[in-house]
Amino acid sequence: MSESLPIVEMAGISISFPGVKALDEVGLRLFPGEVHTLMGENGAGKSTLIKALTGVYRIDEGEIRISGEPRLLGGTADAQHAGISTVYQEVNLCSNLTIGENVMLGHEVRGAAGINWRATHRAAGETLEKLGLGHLNPKQALATLPLAVQQLVAISRSMVAQCKVLILDEPTSSLDANEVEQLFTVIRSLRDQGVAILFVSHFLDQVYAISDRLTVLRNGRFEGEYRTHELDRAQLISKMIGKDVDALKSLDAKGARRVRSDAAPLYSAKGIGRKGAIEEIDIDLHRGEVVGLAGLLGSGRTELARLIYGADRPDTGEVTMNDEKAEITSPAKALARRIAFSSENRRDEGIIRDLSVRENLILAVQARRGWARPLPRREQDAIVEKYVSALGVRPADPERPIRLLSGGNQQKVLLGRWLATEPDILILDEPTRGIDIGAKAEIQEYVAGLADDGLSVLFISSEIEEVVRQSDRIVVLKDHRKIAELEGGQGVSAESIVNVIAEDGLGDPSADTAVREEVTT
Amino acid sequence: MSANAHGPFEALKGLVRRQYFWGIVAIALLLLVNLAKDPGYLAVSVGSSGNLVGNVIDILRAAAPIILISVGMCLVVATRGIDLSVGSVMVVAGAVSMEFLKGAPDTVGSGLAAIGLVVVVSAALGAVNGMLVSVVGLQPFISTLVIMLAGRGLAKVITGGQNTTATNEMFRWTANGHVLGLPAVFLLALLLAVAMGLLVRRSALGLMLEALGMDAKAARLAGVNRRALLFTVYILSGVLAGFAGVFATASVMTVDVSRTGYQLELDAILAVVIGGTSLAGGKFNITGAVIGAILIATLDKTVVFLGVSSSATPAFKAVVIVALCLLQSERVRRAFRKRRSAVAVRPAEREKVAA
Ligand SMILES: Nc1ncnc2c1ncn2[C@@H]1O[C@H](COP(=O)(O)OP(=O)(O)OP(=O)(O)O)[C@@H](O)[C@H]1O
Ligand SMILES: [Mg+2]
Repeated sequence: MSESLPIVEMAGISISFPGVKALDEVGLRLFPGEVHTLMGENGAGKSTLIKALTGVYRIDEGEIRISGEPRLLGGTADAQHAGISTVYQEVNLCSNLTIGENVMLGHEVRGAAGINWRATHRAAGETLEKLGLGHLNPKQALATLPLAVQQLVAISRSMVAQCKVLILDEPTSSLDANEVEQLFTVIRSLRDQGVAILFVSHFLDQVYAISDRLTVLRNGRFEGEYRTHELDRAQLISKMIGKDVDALKSLDAKGARRVRSDAAPLYSAKGIGRKGAIEEIDIDLHRGEVVGLAGLLGSGRTELARLIYGADRPDTGEVTMNDEKAEITSPAKALARRIAFSSENRRDEGIIRDLSVRENLILAVQARRGWARPLPRREQDAIVEKYVSALGVRPADPERPIRLLSGGNQQKVLLGRWLATEPDILILDEPTRGIDIGAKAEIQEYVAGLADDGLSVLFISSEIEEVVRQSDRIVVLKDHRKIAELEGGQGVSAESIVNVIAEDGLGDPSADTAVREEVTT
Repeated sequence: MSANAHGPFEALKGLVRRQYFWGIVAIALLLLVNLAKDPGYLAVSVGSSGNLVGNVIDILRAAAPIILISVGMCLVVATRGIDLSVGSVMVVAGAVSMEFLKGAPDTVGSGLAAIGLVVVVSAALGAVNGMLVSVVGLQPFISTLVIMLAGRGLAKVITGGQNTTATNEMFRWTANGHVLGLPAVFLLALLLAVAMGLLVRRSALGLMLEALGMDAKAARLAGVNRRALLFTVYILSGVLAGFAGVFATASVMTVDVSRTGYQLELDAILAVVIGGTSLAGGKFNITGAVIGAILIATLDKTVVFLGVSSSATPAFKAVVIVALCLLQSERVRRAFRKRRSAVAVRPAEREKVAA
């Protein structure tokens, strides 16, 4: 594994977009049999560098050598030809095809009479198996899967072709610990087979667990390349943000617990449920309280959030808000009652690609007012100014189409959209997905501050530690139902929640398989 | 918007970048062709009654109904829909007004009443479209196809299968009158188009429609009320088609149940596309739709003027429109730009990067 020759060598790469110099003489080396992590803040140029290597963007200057030979990559096909396989930051699968078709697209098994679908689906099944997705039915429509599973399917897809270089741009952004472990097992085995792997993540634990080498970018410039063991976390962070800050400190410090007033709950649901999504559940939300939803992938976290917001219609149950009965059957109705919901699926349910940052930011506020009462331009600018600076959106150009922003910055704009509605209840489903550690701490602090001032927050994260850290009360979900409700505080930790989940239903071995079947059919 | 840059040269450059620029060029070219055949084609003279007369004036008059249905179509298309029923709404509007005026006294009051009736009926037809699309959840193509087929039948039922004729001076004036020497019908159509443009851009309707058309799922989660918007848009399209029907029948004060508005939905769709609004929904351009409509009217007149045989007319139209769409397509435009930039623009860009 020691200094063999790099399989990919990028040197002096510069790429400019109108108004932004995204990369400025950046270099990157990938070695066979090594996991290389690309680090940097949101907008540092990680995804752009990856797209330069995969032929999506033409480089303005610099040189790309693959196996020692200079290459001109004219398009993604060239890169694939050169043995580079990529999972981009935003899951780009075809949601109207089946899982199997998505995995095998372009690599279908051909027989004498065209594509042999049976064999194709079988091959897809085998590929999925490697990532622990053996229980999925390849003939199922992709759109029915939760985002995290779609992300895993996208990763499986990249492994169909034999590749020499595997690029994963934030593959773990919506996975929970088990899936990450599964993914890492596969990555390690590919690494041991001599594949060069390029990995991007904002989770330092993951970075230190998997990578052999780091390249740090800052503001589109190359900061340095390091062996992972040469650089501790504090050093790494200061390289990324360019100054010595203990960004980690504020993340680790557990905020003072808020005292819940004994007043009646702001929102109270009795027995709300929806067939196939979540079993009947009771949940109360109080002013000034952060309630966390903990549970494994597929436990029904997102489904419950969608039900509360009216994104899906509940089949059963009753909701009262401020002691009166509330019919929340659509997002518009929820917004009118000052409930806001930030979806985990930024690409499909969040940003509107072709609208500007400003239009994306004010969209929910405007939708609630109705089209006949346009928000005056001055108020729009005030909202934009407030949230662009509070959340640190970069570049701070409100008229830029949002699709041109980096993934993390798009996420910040979306958070701004929901904060701008000044909600009473804010439902956050993976709100900091793809946001770098510095900004993440700031945003969490900001939301905690709003909760101190009386905002009610429902918080969902695949990182159980984060849920524990943020929440005053934790609702634990498993297999689409609530199994426990814990007051946050001394006794509760990530381990204790994992234990609660593991111990539930131990007496009933059929429970697990029953749900598996439900998922596959 | 971006045309407020410095000086006329910058303004011109802004115009060239607009999709509908090629529509303007095409209008000019068609007029040139006509001019080649008859050097006096563009002449506009003052007629006996003090009004302007000439071929160009005729074109503007003919463009009026197309402008109206194109503007309506433009809004529907922005939501990723299509309204095939506009031609049929026109004939229903004509039938309703002629039947009403046939028995009514020839007063301004009954003329206005007829127009009011048209607004109600065409809004109702638009509402049916809106309901089929938003509540029942049918594809816009199918929903409006149903109304397109049913509408012409309805018109025949209203007139008892006759081509009803009526007299009403006020009603007739909307199509044949003049204001400041210009045809009132064109000015009225332009006025309605400008009013729609203001409505859409001064309120938040435009933003909501674009959001819905670009990404219905994300827009819904952002609280955009899809159902109300679709109702609004199909009703607006219906009412505009109703006015177009008034204009189309008022000029001869006769509704021709089989020919009024016949196949005009296709002209409207073409006008919208020429004007730079993609049928995939999202960003839309009302000015472009108006220019597209004027182009279609110019094309119709040219075909007649050049004496293209009526059987070859559709083919002639098709050739012009395909050429235009090619010019507008991103790919072709990029190819053009590349050829130019290969020589000139590239070094300039390099400098900017270095700075
Ligand atoms: N197509 C584009 N046009 C214009 N600017 C772009 C484009 N793509 C990226 N940028 C800009 O380039 C910079 C780098 O973006 P990039 O997506 O590479 O960041 P990143 O490091 O991947 O960030 P994140 O962690 O948020 O994903 C950003 O300022 C972004 O706004
Ligand atoms: Mg990125």
